[in-house]
Amino acid sequence: MSTEQYSAAEMMTITAARALHNGSTCFVGIGLPSEAANLARLSHAPDITLIYESGTIETKPRVLPLSIGDGELCESALTTVSVPEMFRYWLQGGHIDVGFLGTAQIDRYANLNTTVIAANHPAEGADGAHSYANPKVRLPGGGGAPEISTNAKEVIVTLKHSVRTFVKDVDFVTTLGFGRDGQARRGRKTIGKGPVMVITDLCILRPEPETNELIVVSLHPGVTREQVTEATGWDVRFADALQTTDLPSQREIEVLRELKRVTAEAHNKTESA
Amino acid sequence: MAVFTTLSQAIADGVRDGHTIALEGFTHLIPFAAGHEIIRQQRRNLTLIRMTPDLIYDQLVGAGCVSKLVFSWGGNPGVGSLHRVRDAIEHSYPRPVEIEEHSHAAMANAYEAGASGLPMAVFRGYVGSDLKDVNPNIKTIFCPFTGEELAAVPAIKPDIGIIHAQKADKAGNVLLEGIVGVQKEVALSSRHCIVTVEEIVDDLGAGPNSCVLPAWSVDAIATVPGGASPSYAQGYYPRNNSYYKEWDGISRSRETFNKWLDEQVFNGDAL
Repeated sequence: MSTEQYSAAEMMTITAARALHNGSTCFVGIGLPSEAANLARLSHAPDITLIYESGTIETKPRVLPLSIGDGELCESALTTVSVPEMFRYWLQGGHIDVGFLGTAQIDRYANLNTTVIAANHPAEGADGAHSYANPKVRLPGGGGAPEISTNAKEVIVTLKHSVRTFVKDVDFVTTLGFGRDGQARRGRKTIGKGPVMVITDLCILRPEPETNELIVVSLHPGVTREQVTEATGWDVRFADALQTTDLPSQREIEVLRELKRVTAEAHNKTESA
Repeated sequence: MAVFTTLSQAIADGVRDGHTIALEGFTHLIPFAAGHEIIRQQRRNLTLIRMTPDLIYDQLVGAGCVSKLVFSWGGNPGVGSLHRVRDAIEHSYPRPVEIEEHSHAAMANAYEAGASGLPMAVFRGYVGSDLKDVNPNIKTIFCPFTGEELAAVPAIKPDIGIIHAQKADKAGNVLLEGIVGVQKEVALSSRHCIVTVEEIVDDLGAGPNSCVLPAWSVDAIATVPGGASPSYAQGYYPRNNSYYKEWDGISRSRETFNKWLDEQVFNGDAL
């Protein structure tokens, strides 16, 4: 496939989907991760186990859920357990291979902020007026992410790339990446290895061995280093062996568009009884 | 022992100003009608507990019923912000709201601890999270056997627990099916539990491992068909996703919200 037109958002979703392996168990966040996880299931990974925090295990939704607990998730699941059982037995108990998360902000050590934008950093025009108690923007909060990030064996993150989302230090560590110094997981044997990959609409980043600082390992086709640098809030580095991400295949694009089409159709016609 | 009553009587008998109340339902079976009745009866200074305060808590906060929220994810799922909750937190409108913020794992564990009669929950959580710095109810403890560092939070023990279920039988036994969330834990951790149901049936038709609350474990049952709408009741009606999207516009300004409150809840068709 080469001539088919595709958007940057489609490139991000398709690349994120490819990061999931057939046969793995994946704890799926709502939004972009859910879209990518279901694309994986409908393309190269038919035997992937998708698990949502609402308690649905091995769910195979026909349309993408608007919320984490849509009926479609339960009706198409192998089984549905209570929320305490989900977090205690299935997540904390060590049965999840991959936690797949979105976020509002990420920093160079892959810490995630979904709590508050407080603009406490000079680069963002800090005036000392904002804090957790008096935020500039109040975000939804942690939800399942703080424990998914530490109890899943590894974590994949996907979000759109911009200077607002890729900041040097997050205003608030809702969910641990590698901590403020990159070393917060060191010596902690009972938690997972943390983020292994971050997929954006421009590139793929991975934590550098030892420092755990995110570095760019692959640019999407047509994206330049300058574009990534301009969209990143720290002096981002590039791997020596910088790759170019594979183009989306015709089939990946078709499956994704069909999934989004049936989803839009279903969400627009839903009425209560 | 469960008493059959009306929703307005159940709220009038159970809910007092200043109470700590958990209305639960993880996207599914959210007790919207009960929330609207609390607004109509103009209860004040409530502490509301809910893992995912979505539209129902946006409505209760916007109506001025609430002085504190305990939560782990506050948003309109797949749509955006809770504008009334944000207005209360950011601008103290219509009144200031204090927040106590957790993660889902913490709240699920805290409900389970409440149902188990324990004073606290222990779990592997909040590792490296700044939530520990802003919520004094998150503590660190060490396993007395292995030395592992773990998180502890107080058990949740609401004055009133309110849930919606598909059905009850004539003896007052209640059946929940589908995404059951933390509702069994809410019923068992609350001092007084109110249940709204879609219908009363002769036989629950429950399998041996179904989520059943025996009549003697709940206090009041009111039949409210559609009582979870715009959320859904599996087997009865789907989630009204377009209403969740429309809510964004209704709740965005104080004027449109207050108009909605007046026309739909106080003088209109809202259950």
